[in-house]
Amino acid sequence: MVAVASEQTAVPQPVSAAVSAAVSQPWPGVEAHWRQVRSVPSTASVDPEGASRQWHYLDNEADVLATGLEPRGTLLCVHGNPTWSYLWRTLLAGATSPETLATGGPWRVIAVDQLDMGFSERTGTFRRLEDRITDLSDFTAELGLSGPVVSVGHDWGGLISLGWAARHKDQLAAVVLTNTAVHPAGFALPPALTLALHPAVHKWGTTTSSAFLRITHGLAQPTLANEVRDAFMAPYQTIARRAGVGNFVADIPATPAHPSWAALDAVSTDISALDVPALMLWGPKDPVFSDRYLRDLLTRLPQAQVHRFEGASHLVQEDRDIATPAFAWLADHLAGSDADATADLTAGTPASAAAASADVGAYVSMLAEVDARRSDASTAVVDMLPGGGTRALTWAQLSRDVDDLAAGLREFGVKAGDRVNLLVPPGINLTTLIYACLRLGAVIVVADAGLGTKGLGRAIKGAGPDFLIGIERALAGARLYNWPGIRIAAEDFTGSTAAVKKPLLNVAATVPQLMANGRVTRLAGYPTAFTAPEPDADAAVLFTSGSTGPAKGVVYTHRRLAAMRDTLKESYNLAAGTALVAGFAPFALLGPALGATTVTPDMDVTSPRTLTAKALAEAAAAINATVVFASPAALVNVVATADELSPELKKVMAGVELLLSAGAPLGHTLLTKVQDLAVNAALHTPYGMTEALPITDIDLPGILAAGVGNGVCVGTAVDGATVSIAPITAAGLVLESTTAANVTGEILVSAPHVKDRYDRLWITEQHSVSIPGWHRTGDVGHLDTEGRLWVEGRMEHILTTSAGVKTPVAPEQAIETVAGVARAAVVGVGPMGTQAAVAIIETIPAVKRPGLAPAALAAAVRAASLSVDLPLAAVLTLDAMPTDVRHNSKIDRAKLSRWAARMLAGEKAGQP
Amino acid sequence: MSTEGSGLGSDSGFGSTPGADPGSGSGSTAGAGQRKVLVTGTSGMLGRAVAQLLHDRGYFVRSLQRRPVQAPWESLQGSIVDPDVAAHAVAGMDAVVHLAAKVSFTGEWTDFVSTNIVGTRQLISASQHEGLRDFVFVSSPSVAHFGASIVGAPAGTANPDLARGHYARSKAAAEEIALSEDSPEFRVTAIRPHVVWGPGDTQLVERVVERARAGRLPLLDGGRALIDTTYVGNAAEAIVRGLERMDQAHGQALVVTNGEPRAVGELIAGICAAAGVKAPSYSVPGWLARGAGSVIEKAWTAAGSRGWVQDEPPMTRFLAEQLSTAHWFDQRHTQAVLDWTPSVSLDEGLARLAKHYRG
Repeated sequence: MVAVASEQTAVPQPVSAAVSAAVSQPWPGVEAHWRQVRSVPSTASVDPEGASRQWHYLDNEADVLATGLEPRGTLLCVHGNPTWSYLWRTLLAGATSPETLATGGPWRVIAVDQLDMGFSERTGTFRRLEDRITDLSDFTAELGLSGPVVSVGHDWGGLISLGWAARHKDQLAAVVLTNTAVHPAGFALPPALTLALHPAVHKWGTTTSSAFLRITHGLAQPTLANEVRDAFMAPYQTIARRAGVGNFVADIPATPAHPSWAALDAVSTDISALDVPALMLWGPKDPVFSDRYLRDLLTRLPQAQVHRFEGASHLVQEDRDIATPAFAWLADHLAGSDADATADLTAGTPASAAAASADVGAYVSMLAEVDARRSDASTAVVDMLPGGGTRALTWAQLSRDVDDLAAGLREFGVKAGDRVNLLVPPGINLTTLIYACLRLGAVIVVADAGLGTKGLGRAIKGAGPDFLIGIERALAGARLYNWPGIRIAAEDFTGSTAAVKKPLLNVAATVPQLMANGRVTRLAGYPTAFTAPEPDADAAVLFTSGSTGPAKGVVYTHRRLAAMRDTLKESYNLAAGTALVAGFAPFALLGPALGATTVTPDMDVTSPRTLTAKALAEAAAAINATVVFASPAALVNVVATADELSPELKKVMAGVELLLSAGAPLGHTLLTKVQDLAVNAALHTPYGMTEALPITDIDLPGILAAGVGNGVCVGTAVDGATVSIAPITAAGLVLESTTAANVTGEILVSAPHVKDRYDRLWITEQHSVSIPGWHRTGDVGHLDTEGRLWVEGRMEHILTTSAGVKTPVAPEQAIETVAGVARAAVVGVGPMGTQAAVAIIETIPAVKRPGLAPAALAAAVRAASLSVDLPLAAVLTLDAMPTDVRHNSKIDRAKLSRWAARMLAGEKAGQP
Repeated sequence: MSTEGSGLGSDSGFGSTPGADPGSGSGSTAGAGQRKVLVTGTSGMLGRAVAQLLHDRGYFVRSLQRRPVQAPWESLQGSIVDPDVAAHAVAGMDAVVHLAAKVSFTGEWTDFVSTNIVGTRQLISASQHEGLRDFVFVSSPSVAHFGASIVGAPAGTANPDLARGHYARSKAAAEEIALSEDSPEFRVTAIRPHVVWGPGDTQLVERVVERARAGRLPLLDGGRALIDTTYVGNAAEAIVRGLERMDQAHGQALVVTNGEPRAVGELIAGICAAAGVKAPSYSVPGWLARGAGSVIEKAWTAAGSRGWVQDEPPMTRFLAEQLSTAHWFDQRHTQAVLDWTPSVSLDEGLARLAKHYRG
């Protein structure tokens, strides 16, 4: 630190003193031999002719040489402000890891400290963007860097690395970006940066104090370890050494008058010409480089693959492991000359590409039935209105409204491929919007309110819609939480407050207005023809329930949506003309595509539990429905309110021929009660998930015939789907698939209606398709000798004990037979491979305070669990299990496991 | 012990004569090819069980303990702190299993130094001087337990500076000394059985039962910390396996447990039930007990030095930590190295304990 202490003046400092200070410090995660110093002749216009500058950088060349293998190429990593090359240490370490070597060999990684930053020279000059791009080019020229180069950037370093990339297209092999921006014209500066640039704030915040550094480091999620924070601070100990930090911020062009504006403009234009593979690893909690910059970058580098690390922030390199996915991605996209060139940039679909292509001839547009019934005066859609009454459209009206709204949306500026977020409850309005978007080729983003405001906001920001169409409450949320998208109100504003609300909610248009606009266009005789979207273009982004972590966006193409419709149609014999009650959201959107008359019952969609028997029966009565779609939570309430039914409504229910309950497995006890209500109905419970719905099906007699086993029997594969099992090793790894009976493993599915891909979750997508030809469901189960699938739980719920892999469902079912037990969950605590099994019990009556179960109960629970071969370490009691928001039926075992771990470590445990 | 079948095969790891069959010899004179083992600390439950098991398996056994014992093997009386005793004890032996130690929650540090550190050093020197090949040091997981929870962890490295309490600190020092002597010529392994209990146990079982009987045994934090323990027969087997698998085990410290973590409240209730006393029904917060334990421990030590009290304090900080934080271990490495699994389950052990108390 002596060297640093002497640097109180702004005089240019030789780099060696600073570097020796650095070398004397053990920066965690940095090998001493990575540190290099080099004198580089400068051609930057800010420097005098013949000047040279001292660069400090990290280089893993020695590690690469030690492998004895030829490097695949070089990662040129550029940090932003106010960090330094330290930021990239995990890439240097990962470049020669066994995993990287196994997937095509080592990579050389060079991470520079930009001039005036890190441990590079303090030049005493003000280096602008143009100078910095030149600096980096000087550096690589001096190094004689040859062979393919992957440019890697973060923060403002992203801009500089892209500037370098645009000038070195012959060498450029790929682009990797982390929380950055190219900051184009017309794009407003984020508020935090505007503040940083304010003269009153700027000098004090960036140079005089170390506030900017501390704030940036404070963004890490979770908090940085002290020694890591110290390492980030190390090159910026004094005001003199921080000059570059301040200048960097001052060089951010806020207006076209700024000297660096032209350079910025050039970079943001030039990168559109880069046709190399691109990867963007993003921390969405970044208050500065937020999702809007990611969306902007995606318009310039549309080939890019994206992974948004939910919960990660600006220093995404610190918050998450980026090295593993980065090298996996490079292995996938920059195959060596020996390997097959697999740089198929747009493919997100290896899982069931084969299955899909086999069905190419069978593709029938989602709009086919609507189009075929343009003059059909029979009822297409009905809404049951709160407080009685109905609203209905004929097929002719529906197809006309769909066309008019599509035309209106198009005139408003919605284009094919644009994402349109629909925050509208199920019913005629939503149906019309969905089919209008499909008609236009716009991509519907359907996030359901059951995710809760926080989950909904995360989902919307992740999908990054161009337009947001919502009811008033949703628009208020959009304004409050700053959800992206140009806002359109689902309904006209009425009454005295209308004039206030529209500007207040920042609404650009309303759906009735747009539909009226489209109607005028049509009636005036202007052309209203639409180009049918490509079958493999994106059609919809749906969301998982969030019961297993943050909700994930799932992308369906038109072909895959149509395949979902066809599977449903074939599996349940839903001929056109069927009348169905849509009490389960995902299937509700399929009604018109099936050619089925659809009624939406009166219920609060945010809470499926609000569907009553009366509301269900009245909806069925409105269209003489023979088919009912419902969720398990809704059916629980329907059964509970069955007494409300009048003799007439009972008769209506007796007319139901098919009742489908999807969302979570249903016990035969509940189904038997449902049967008492719908006496003539075949009761089916399909198994599936947002990524693939349905996969298998079973009916009530099937459930009764299957009896008790290890898990929940969900029947056999539906039409077009194939199911298989990937056995799990003791280490929790999945290898390959089998259809052998009674082998427990991860459930795999292949079907034309499986999702196209996860949205902006490249790592998740890679994992889900890592067994070629299959989608990995994340569920665990087995096939029995009759080919029936039994679901035993989630992959993250398996227990890896020292006696091998165990699934929780069988012991849970055994424990639930013990007197006094209402519900049971079995979780593992401790490290993988040596976990201790713990049962958590909801008792009758419920306990007041969580704790160890009484001795007699514990003994009985132990014995029950042991009967299915699982010894328990502890039996805990709890008043109520945590469950997911949407279904209120899936126990959150991950949460329980964390709680049990706290309990059994003797820590303060609180509630799960 | 004879009821506890081992089911173990013979290994060539121990001794210099491959294929030696230890299964035939018995009595007090060593037969040809019979392995000769010194076991120290056989007045304790575990030491006695180890000597018995070796004897049953046909080893020539010599035991060394401070008190006279009745045994069907050669038995010496004395302290390892005495160099002459140590030299005499190892004379003519092939291997040592060293269990002798001062085990207490309280006491003067110098007593622990003398028996546990100096004594171990003495015995190792004598063994090396005599040309013995193998040395099993029986240690304790507390040498690597620094007060925080242990949740499915591997053994960890002994650290005398961080270990809690005189006993753990001195054992940590002794283990470090022992393992530092490991070489191909003089092979050392450290076996760390965790909380050993069984019929006749005065360390855990008697303490629990007596305190429960006196109504002086609270549960800490509701007794919910997961703790793994070792039934005495299993601990003895693992120690003998350490000797037999010296090829694989030398140079390592191996934690040994039943591999059945249980909530400490349930464990105590099980022991109480076996002994026919009422299980504790009241709970105090762990932080309170840890704090109170420190105070009581200091007061008791002061009182003890004035001769006012003879017994052990009702609560110490170390004991409070032991009873309120999880400590259970990853047994996969241990079981692979020793090629062994525990033969007596926790529940079977409790049943044997109950039988013992019923007489």
